[in-house]
Amino acid sequence: MRKSKWFSSLYVWLVMVFLYAPIAVLIIFSFNDSKSRNTWTGFTLRWYQELFHDRVIIQSFVVMMVVAIISSIIATILGTLAAIGLSKMNKKLKSIVMTFTYLPMINPEIITGVALMLLFIYLKMEFGMQTLIVAHITFNVPYVILNVLPKLKQMDRNTYDAALDLGCNSFTAFTKVVIPEIMPGIVSGFLMALTYSMDDFVISYFVSGASIQTLPVAIYSMTRRRVSPKINALSTIMFAVVLLVLLVYNLAGSRVEKTGRRKQGGDR
Amino acid sequence: MKGTSVKKNKSSWGVLPSIPYIAWMVTFIIIPLGMVAYFALTNAQGQFTLENIARGGEHMSVLLRSIKLAAIATALCVVIAYPLAYILSRKQGFQKQTLSIMVMLPMWMNFLLRTYAWMTILENNGLINKFLSLFGIGPLQMINTQGAVILGMVYNYIPFMILPLYTTMCKIGNDVIEAAQDLGGSPLQVMAKVVIPLSLPGVSTGITMVFVPAISTFIISKMLGGGTNQLIGDIIELQFLGNSYNPNLGSAISLVLMVVVLLCMSIMSNFDDEEMEGRIL
Amino acid sequence: MKDNILISLKDIVVEFDGQRILKGINLDIHDEEFVTFLGPSGCGKTTTLRIIGGFVEPTAGDIYFDGKKINGVPPYKRNVNTVFQRYALFPHLNVFDNVAFGLNIKKMDKKVIAQKVKEMLKLVGLVGFENRNINQLSGGQQQRVAIARALVNEPKVLLLDEPLGALDLKLRKEMQTELMRIQKSLKITFIYVTHDQEEALTMSDRVVVMKDGEIQQIGTPQDIYNEPKNAFVADFIGESNIIDGVMYEDFEVEFAGQAFKCVDKGFAENERVDVVIRPEDIIVGDYETSPISGEVESVIFKGVHYEMSVDAHGYQWLIHSTQSQEVGAHIGMNVRPEDIHIMKKMEV
Repeated sequence: MRKSKWFSSLYVWLVMVFLYAPIAVLIIFSFNDSKSRNTWTGFTLRWYQELFHDRVIIQSFVVMMVVAIISSIIATILGTLAAIGLSKMNKKLKSIVMTFTYLPMINPEIITGVALMLLFIYLKMEFGMQTLIVAHITFNVPYVILNVLPKLKQMDRNTYDAALDLGCNSFTAFTKVVIPEIMPGIVSGFLMALTYSMDDFVISYFVSGASIQTLPVAIYSMTRRRVSPKINALSTIMFAVVLLVLLVYNLAGSRVEKTGRRKQGGDR
Repeated sequence: MKGTSVKKNKSSWGVLPSIPYIAWMVTFIIIPLGMVAYFALTNAQGQFTLENIARGGEHMSVLLRSIKLAAIATALCVVIAYPLAYILSRKQGFQKQTLSIMVMLPMWMNFLLRTYAWMTILENNGLINKFLSLFGIGPLQMINTQGAVILGMVYNYIPFMILPLYTTMCKIGNDVIEAAQDLGGSPLQVMAKVVIPLSLPGVSTGITMVFVPAISTFIISKMLGGGTNQLIGDIIELQFLGNSYNPNLGSAISLVLMVVVLLCMSIMSNFDDEEMEGRIL
Repeated sequence: MKDNILISLKDIVVEFDGQRILKGINLDIHDEEFVTFLGPSGCGKTTTLRIIGGFVEPTAGDIYFDGKKINGVPPYKRNVNTVFQRYALFPHLNVFDNVAFGLNIKKMDKKVIAQKVKEMLKLVGLVGFENRNINQLSGGQQQRVAIARALVNEPKVLLLDEPLGALDLKLRKEMQTELMRIQKSLKITFIYVTHDQEEALTMSDRVVVMKDGEIQQIGTPQDIYNEPKNAFVADFIGESNIIDGVMYEDFEVEFAGQAFKCVDKGFAENERVDVVIRPEDIIVGDYETSPISGEVESVIFKGVHYEMSVDAHGYQWLIHSTQSQEVGAHIGMNVRPEDIHIMKKMEV
């Protein structure tokens, strides 16, 4: 028994090393006092300073955030409404709609990107902020539906009827009872859409055109030129942010879990 | 939509709220795909032709290379991720939570940056070769090889294998495993007769979620494969954003790629017994 | 139940996460015995069971099977089988394959396996269910598949971890009778875990009462019920009235302001004790002439008897009687000497 425990710990750590080695390299060399990617010459923070003065990066960051927030908000509204309607559909229609909804998730991103590009050309839309937002809404809505639909399923139908029984009309019952109950799904759908939006490269690459870029697209150009450790600095910052968010999210989640567990009592 | 009769329960809402999205979906999902099919099957004058697909056939070697590399990468992902997912699923409480966060964290890092990092490690004067030169070995050609592309694929997509595997394995209760041990099963037998059969839905989901992006990537091949290891994604990109704009050829190749992907997924769906919502993340 | 000892637990201690789950268990289990571990949640009964099954390693202490020490022997090498609390049936296999699982591991001849499975399904009353999907079965049916799956391997000992907990009352009582019948006909040892004292008293040859990782008492159902060793056992098994009392001398005790003759001895003079009287042992009599008098606070019809709560001498007495009384009535109570159980005060 003990031997297998030792072996499995070793395996887990090996995989962890594999997963984190490149990230560690990026972080370490972000502090390197030279442009070299493999020789350490000394500690410096100047790449971080240069990063904050890089207009292209800052601009692309702003573009990314604006696109992400606007498209996520619209996607959340569209998606929540869609989920509400979907929960009332008959099985056949529902499965057809769901298949097409999940298509962008399953399709290779390059095909979604190319297809949207063709549409925008045909519609003679200007490639830029509008095409970006439209594209992001399109692949964000499925994630919202994915989060809201289960909450609708889980919800006890009786609460809606109870509200009607107590005097609400359809709309009020809806806003006072249904929406609050599915709110966790709406929020998590919004956050998921936000995350995927900020992370998207391929689709943005095809629909953003030459004049504007999101941060991932800007990063792509940087890596093509691969000149400056500014990239490393950017990576380190992004890693720190992601780490923080994940920690907060999980700690908050586990605190809710702990209070729930304390109420249940022990077993055995 | 218009043809279906919507049962209106007077105390309930109907399918009306979903209409805005359905309109959006038709415009921005269905029509664009239709356009790809249209461009694939017509020439510049708009006449129906199979010429584009035939021309696409010239890139058959690239398609086969893409399939081969994606398949190898997917297989490697299964092999590496399976034990990890199992070990993680048996852990409890704080340790389990911490380890799952640690495994998921790299996934949320920017994809391009992660691939870029491997470039610096695998380069001819990169970290590994520098280390080897201390022993007088090398320099080994690691970057711009098929191996580097596979490594990039495995590294980038393994979280998509770990996650569904882990989710499925968590559903295998400890009591079922103990029951198998109780009935005389050695650890290997328990794995073969109980764990593997019950984890198959997770395996098939993972395979789909790795193979599809792997076969269609163009970034990994550009950054780690150099110009000589082009994949089908590179070819498609060239037709739309390269020097010559050739939507017909590009769409044709995209169509072929979609068919390959759909084929893979329908094969994998034989092993699934879960609804789609459960599958995707 | 035979006389020879099959399983022996010596000074078993289990510590987990800094907590002592078992604090020194000593127990002998005989061949062909139906023994039940009984106690409240968290008392350690399931942990003790899992030690025997091989799923938990003792932190200290030894376990012997048929005279041989089996510490560290994994479950798949022990001649013991378990019926798990939530059945733990294999969802990817049908009924036949579930039951045959252990036999397949042993690589028995296919024909022999089919024969044994058939016999076992007959024993548990599931003939014809061979090809059924596990998910299509009711709770009671799943239960019986779990039992069949364990028994078909002909273990010397069957471990049952609160197997009837998820069943409704009627089904549970039927299954209790079933299990007793199976145990007697197969002549093997059953080790049963439950928190339901009625279940323990009905089915067992011997009962092991546990609390907080320690054994409180081991004995036959009659012993445990009639001669509980301490207030915990008395309170846990059946319902009791537990009152403060003082032992004047052997065979005489004072409680509720009265002296009573009793059948216990061996206490110090004027030692403070716990007096335990079962609700059904209280005799209701005339208010004036009975030793204890009180006022009826509530009367509940329970079918088998009336359950009455009587306020007398600062204590709420519980009386089970086939005769009902009126709420608010003043009644008298008496009890025979042999129905008064004296035990040492529990250390707090």
